[in-house]
Amino acid sequence: MLRDAWLITRKDLRIEVRSRIALNQIAPFALLMLILFAFALDPDSGVLDRATPGLYWVAVLFSALLAIQRAFALESSDGNRDALRLSGLDPAGIYLGKVLSIATQLALLEVLLGTGVVLLYGSHGGNWLLVIATCVAATAGIAAAGTLYGVLAAGLRVRETLLPLLLLPVLAPVLIGSTRAFEAARSDTIDQGWPWVGLLAVFAVAYMVFGMFGFGPLLEES
Amino acid sequence: MEPAVHLRSAVALIGRFPALAGVDLDVERGEVVLLEGANGAGKTTLLRALAGLVPIVSGEAVVLGHDLRSDRRSVRRHIGLLGHTTMLYDELTVDDNVRFWAKAARTEPVDAEAALVALGLSGRLRHVAVARLSTGQRRRVSIATMVARRPELWLMDEPHAGLDSEARDIVDGLVRQASQSGATVIVASHERGRANALAGRVVTVAGGVSNVA
Amino acid sequence: MDTPNTKSEVESVGTGSRATRILGVATIMGLALAAYMALVSSPQDENMGDVVRILYIHVPIVTMAYVGCGLTSLGSVMYLWKKSQWWDITAAASAEVAMVFTALTLVIGMIWGRPTWGVWWVWDARLTSTAMLLLLLLGYLAVRRLQADAATRSKRSAIVGLLLFPNVIIVNRSVTWWRSIHQGTTILNTLKPKIHDQMAVTLVVAMVVVAMLFVWLVIHRWRLTWIETQLDAHELDLAIAERRAEATGPAETAP
Repeated sequence: MLRDAWLITRKDLRIEVRSRIALNQIAPFALLMLILFAFALDPDSGVLDRATPGLYWVAVLFSALLAIQRAFALESSDGNRDALRLSGLDPAGIYLGKVLSIATQLALLEVLLGTGVVLLYGSHGGNWLLVIATCVAATAGIAAAGTLYGVLAAGLRVRETLLPLLLLPVLAPVLIGSTRAFEAARSDTIDQGWPWVGLLAVFAVAYMVFGMFGFGPLLEES
Repeated sequence: MEPAVHLRSAVALIGRFPALAGVDLDVERGEVVLLEGANGAGKTTLLRALAGLVPIVSGEAVVLGHDLRSDRRSVRRHIGLLGHTTMLYDELTVDDNVRFWAKAARTEPVDAEAALVALGLSGRLRHVAVARLSTGQRRRVSIATMVARRPELWLMDEPHAGLDSEARDIVDGLVRQASQSGATVIVASHERGRANALAGRVVTVAGGVSNVA
Repeated sequence: MDTPNTKSEVESVGTGSRATRILGVATIMGLALAAYMALVSSPQDENMGDVVRILYIHVPIVTMAYVGCGLTSLGSVMYLWKKSQWWDITAAASAEVAMVFTALTLVIGMIWGRPTWGVWWVWDARLTSTAMLLLLLLGYLAVRRLQADAATRSKRSAIVGLLLFPNVIIVNRSVTWWRSIHQGTTILNTLKPKIHDQMAVTLVVAMVVVAMLFVWLVIHRWRLTWIETQLDAHELDLAIAERRAEATGPAETAP
């Protein structure tokens, strides 16, 4: 299973390197969101600065939607969804492979967004350990849940509208948790952030486990 | 030895439409069978059902010893399906694609290499992205991915379509080789002449049913 | 109940039966009784006065909404385990009714809240969680309405349904935890009346009656879906016969 997962991850990342969709389209979209937030919230009034943690994670979530859609769209060119099933690869392996590939792309996007937030909003990071732990746990959760709901929506004509409707309510706890953790990291109440990281970690593990079982059946029915 | 394929009154649905409405089919290992029939008769669905892609909702269906009614998935590692779509990753090269599919089927790199050579893809085309190939060249790559997996059952839907005559000869040669080494081949084709020469017998499909078992 | 075989037969068969008619009448009578008790015979609360009366409708409806959601998840699990169509239909029917009840909860809350407290909405834990419940249910129902064959649709809905209740719980916990940080008395926090005997009785009566209403609605929705399924199966038999007849003449095509 892990062997199959690694095969999928390498294949997906290689496709990304060749096609550069994440680099050329998703990353600019993420930065665009930061800029739009600044337009909407007036950088001078201080609201932007206070809202930064939340805005950051909202931008991550919306970028994640694009990344997840892409991860399954690349399988559909010309009947490929059949191919993934026909390959004989273990579905749990395919799931883990996709999760890892999406998580990697998200991690890079988060670094980019983090840089953007520091440069554009004049934000300061806060406790680095908490920030990094939050990002790891949240990214794992987003990728795990996203891959599961992503395969469900993939291949459907209504996928672009169905995926957000299904996934965003499910990821609401991740948004709440990661934003609170970031807020705690910038303030002097750092230890209030760690319980939220715990919540994110539990979420990620739960979805990862369920995803390994649920992905197969969802991949089957076309 | 048990037959490669055994179907009795198999019914398969596409949505609510009964694409297969009671198929009977028995194929021994090593046979080469030609499926004939008008457009829309159900040939493609039959091949996909044998590949375990389309669920059989009633009747008997056993392929290579696997009961498709209870488990459609395990048989897939042992079959190769050449369909109408190429099933390739456009952004990857010919070499990447063939090796990926070979590794997925757990065959050796040397099999992937041999497939590339056999289909004439080991030269300058090897490192070209699939998106930049012509339709006929892509078809060759598809065939190569199938060959590299060394399947026990070959399912080919219009294998000669879109290929130049050199490639068609290559395909015929590969089919003969496969059959001689014990693999079973089922071909759906409109090309009476070529396909007839390869096949041991002909099965006609019409109205989702097969007439000659 | 006879299963109909043609469209015209379907039009003349309803989803009613003796049992549901009795239940229906009992429910209506119960609602009248509960309304009387809630609005007239039960006492005002010491602190809140008449405002407390909203609880008699709010609590039962939101409770049944969560129960319905739980039933959907249970039905999904049972369908995946036993492959039983009965459970599949139950999950679907329950989700629809639960969705209506959830929307009703929010609307009642807003309509009552505006004249009473001056605001349409507060970001209180329970209200926010209920809004999230509505969205999760809408997502489930969207999957139920997918264009696909019945087996695919059922399986996909079952997987989403299975996760529905856990998701509701996770969201509920996170939102509650979050809102508990920002203490301050939210409006609904003051909605903590001391429940005297007569108020408790009224509340129990209301709960029972709303539960009956829920069951009545789910039964009818269930039967409606059942009739549709039977009709589909019959049409499939016809389609198979037509398909085989193609062998002797031109007709529809397969991919």
